[in-house]
Amino acid sequence: MLNGIEKTETKALEPLIYDLGSPGRIGVNLPDCDVPESDLPRDLMRDDLKLPEVGELQVVRHFLKLSQLNYAIDKGFYPLGSCTMKYNPKLNEDMARLPGFAALHPLTDGEGTQGALALMHELQRWLGEISGFEAVSLAPAAGAQGEFAGILMIRNYHLDRGDTQRTKIIVPNSAHGTNPATVTMAGFEVIEVPSDNRGDVDLEALRKVCNDRGSEIAGMMITVPSTLGLFEEHILDVIEMVHRVGGLMYMDGANMNALMGIVKPGELGFDVMHYNLHKTFSTPHGGGGPGSGPVGVNAKLKPFLPGPIVEIIEPAQAEDETPLYGLVMPEKTIGRLKAFHGNFGMHVRAYAYIRIYGDTGIRDVSRHAVLNANYIRARLVDTYTIPYPRYCGHEFVLEGRFADAPDVHALDISKRLMDYGIHPPTNYFPLIVPEALLIEPTETETKETLDEFIEAMKRIAHEAKTQPELLHDAPHSAPVKRLDEVKAARDLVLCCAPALPNAAGD
Amino acid sequence: MGYIPHTEVERQQMLAAIGVTTIEDLFEAVPASHRFPRLKLPKPMSEMEVAAEMLALSESNEHGQDFAIFRGAGAYHHFIPSAVNHLLLRGEFYTAYTPYQPEISQGTLQAVFEYQSMMCALTGMDAANASHYDGATSLAEAVTVALQVTRKRSKIILSPTVHPQYREVVRTYHQGRNIEIVGDEKPQELAALLNLIDDKTAMIAVQYPNFFGQIEDLRTIAEKAHAAGALLVVVANPLALGMLKSPGELGADIVVGDGQPLGVPMGFGGPYVGFFATKQEFVRRIAGRIVGETVDKDGRRAYVMTLRPREQDIKREKASSNICTNQGLMALAVCIYLSLMGKNGLRKVAELNYHKAHYAANSIDKISGYQVNRDKPFFNEFVVKCPRPIAEINEALIEDGIVGGYDLGKDYPHLANHMLLCVTEMNGKDEIDALVKMLEGLK
Repeated sequence: MLNGIEKTETKALEPLIYDLGSPGRIGVNLPDCDVPESDLPRDLMRDDLKLPEVGELQVVRHFLKLSQLNYAIDKGFYPLGSCTMKYNPKLNEDMARLPGFAALHPLTDGEGTQGALALMHELQRWLGEISGFEAVSLAPAAGAQGEFAGILMIRNYHLDRGDTQRTKIIVPNSAHGTNPATVTMAGFEVIEVPSDNRGDVDLEALRKVCNDRGSEIAGMMITVPSTLGLFEEHILDVIEMVHRVGGLMYMDGANMNALMGIVKPGELGFDVMHYNLHKTFSTPHGGGGPGSGPVGVNAKLKPFLPGPIVEIIEPAQAEDETPLYGLVMPEKTIGRLKAFHGNFGMHVRAYAYIRIYGDTGIRDVSRHAVLNANYIRARLVDTYTIPYPRYCGHEFVLEGRFADAPDVHALDISKRLMDYGIHPPTNYFPLIVPEALLIEPTETETKETLDEFIEAMKRIAHEAKTQPELLHDAPHSAPVKRLDEVKAARDLVLCCAPALPNAAGD
Repeated sequence: MGYIPHTEVERQQMLAAIGVTTIEDLFEAVPASHRFPRLKLPKPMSEMEVAAEMLALSESNEHGQDFAIFRGAGAYHHFIPSAVNHLLLRGEFYTAYTPYQPEISQGTLQAVFEYQSMMCALTGMDAANASHYDGATSLAEAVTVALQVTRKRSKIILSPTVHPQYREVVRTYHQGRNIEIVGDEKPQELAALLNLIDDKTAMIAVQYPNFFGQIEDLRTIAEKAHAAGALLVVVANPLALGMLKSPGELGADIVVGDGQPLGVPMGFGGPYVGFFATKQEFVRRIAGRIVGETVDKDGRRAYVMTLRPREQDIKREKASSNICTNQGLMALAVCIYLSLMGKNGLRKVAELNYHKAHYAANSIDKISGYQVNRDKPFFNEFVVKCPRPIAEINEALIEDGIVGGYDLGKDYPHLANHMLLCVTEMNGKDEIDALVKMLEGLK
């Protein structure tokens, strides 16, 4: 800084809330104490608390400005593969905020929670019906926690039968990172199996694993359609092979948006799967949660479900009456995954969503999700390398690289898409495709939006060859340029100095 | 119809571009024997019908707008300023995902950074993550960190006065690991608990204030734990930290808890937000997302998810946790709430809770047959020994529009006929007096 002129490029986009305050300012009108005051425990009281001191309007402006630095579904196309960034209906938000749901204490006595429990009971039933499972627990807080629950159920199923030798879970190399991480968390070891040249599980490799180590196999985790967006062509063989050696089959339901009304995983022979309500059932992603990851199981695993689940405690006495619902811990439950009964606010939203679509509409969701993905795929097949030449599910992967533009990477294409006002696809996943870009449009996007995206992708392919620096320097129009991620990891500034326990200036 | 915008003309154009005649042709890889099953679901409904049905369902619940709530036990009825909800409803916040692309996610990233800063300030720690699912899973993840930090140690001590459901979750999470979880098998005083600490102990977890609302002497526990090379993990009520000394100041190594009291509705138990804060030396061991400060190519200050190589999508089976999605929007709610309250507002709310709870306790203690436990100082919850089964008392109270205290006999058999009452800034003097009057009639 010279002559009081700050270099413009070091100026922050928006000050930290800590830098906006003034001592003594407060952003809320609080009541006076209406009871006689008691003595405060002086020796237990803190001296200072380093929170911001700002007014209500400042708070509103600050967070509104921050919101404007974000990209979001409500702003534009968000084809982030494996995340199912579909429209989050506004009705759902209103329903979740009804006082009868939002202001309901989780430990309210049974009679006073019948509306909430009826909703959960219906949702359990509907989710079970959609995927062909006997029972569902809504307890898991996110997909990853649903996976964890599923693998723990498999573990306890074997242990309950006295089968203690099964310590391995098979995971294809195309799997989400959560799958192998879940296996480790549950105390198992991963056996990875490769994919074949059509993107399916390599059946010969799987057969060999099952033959050689069958008695050690507790089960297999597989995503359907796979993370490549492909429906496993030999799924019945895969399931049969693992079942034959005594393993159970776990389906990662992250890609359920391709399957509703198309096929029921439970009928294919899967023993357990998780749903992502924040993907398939339209609950918002919230900038990184909350999610909700219910698990569905067949009769074999029902006693092991995470609790509590909702059951009918007393059947209805007459046709026009309602039964009495209650929260129940299943007989051999793997236990509780979080306090209380799951992310109920997400259950409310998913309920509203399924209610709108109903029996006929739910199938249309998956039909159109798959139509949209295949449309983009067909229109880009001449411009980009698409490694697996077959119809895709709700998403597909292409290679973000060109033989005649060797310096351009998938990341550059992603960053350049931001200049076209589009959120990038998922980068570098699945790991088995070089320079992968995983594209998932979802069913709620119009043909015009898809056409704009296709046009942008074609123009970027052209730019890659004619003006590669345009891509390397992208984004040009985002609030900030590419970030120094090495500096972030090296310096580790994880909170602002005024908040630290013994910050300078104390 | 739902939310699908396609017209028949567009569908046909798209199918032609793909080179098929019907959408059904795209599913040839699905086994024909199982393709297109019938779904036994209800018929589609209009928006207004769904809204009416759900309003009716919600109104059959005994909720905080119609009832006076004196129940806490891990979920609390607090005032939430209107601005919190209005800002959460910005589509730019709630319809975004995890900020993988920092150039177009600075809003979420900076808000998380501010949230992390506020959690550090409250807990007296150096670093906090972007959140866990709830307080219970934060505690379970703290166990993982403690086991890693202390290497080869395998004993975890849980105080019996940590929330019963939190302790259940710790056991669920770690059932596949070969570790020993002790301390809460029976009711025992802190001194007895401290005697369990030995050279195998990775950590001891206590709650502050504890499940019974009481404030325990953290300093003694910290000294004892540290002398044996174990960590002290504190499960804290963050609103209480608006007035109480921070656990960091008293010697905690990891502070976890649920941020629900800070701007998140009770919502029948979720979504809430688990906070996790620790010392800088342990930060590379913690699970979940962490946002750090950096600069962009032009030198402009900006924020990004950092220490990513710890996470499941990169480290796969070697990651210490599988967490990816966390409770981002609820962390934002906490951040906005704490911004509005500021240090003076939070202190005032905390003190209102304290004074009202003590007014209620003093009044109830005077009723013959009722006895308030006053062994230790308490914040906004306290234990009352009652002359009748708690279920009976609560049945009577609900008739008068009062959701009474939590029945402790459910989790602590020796505390049958004991109720855990919670009083917050939401309970006016008239409500408290009505509760006292009702109890007087229930001897």
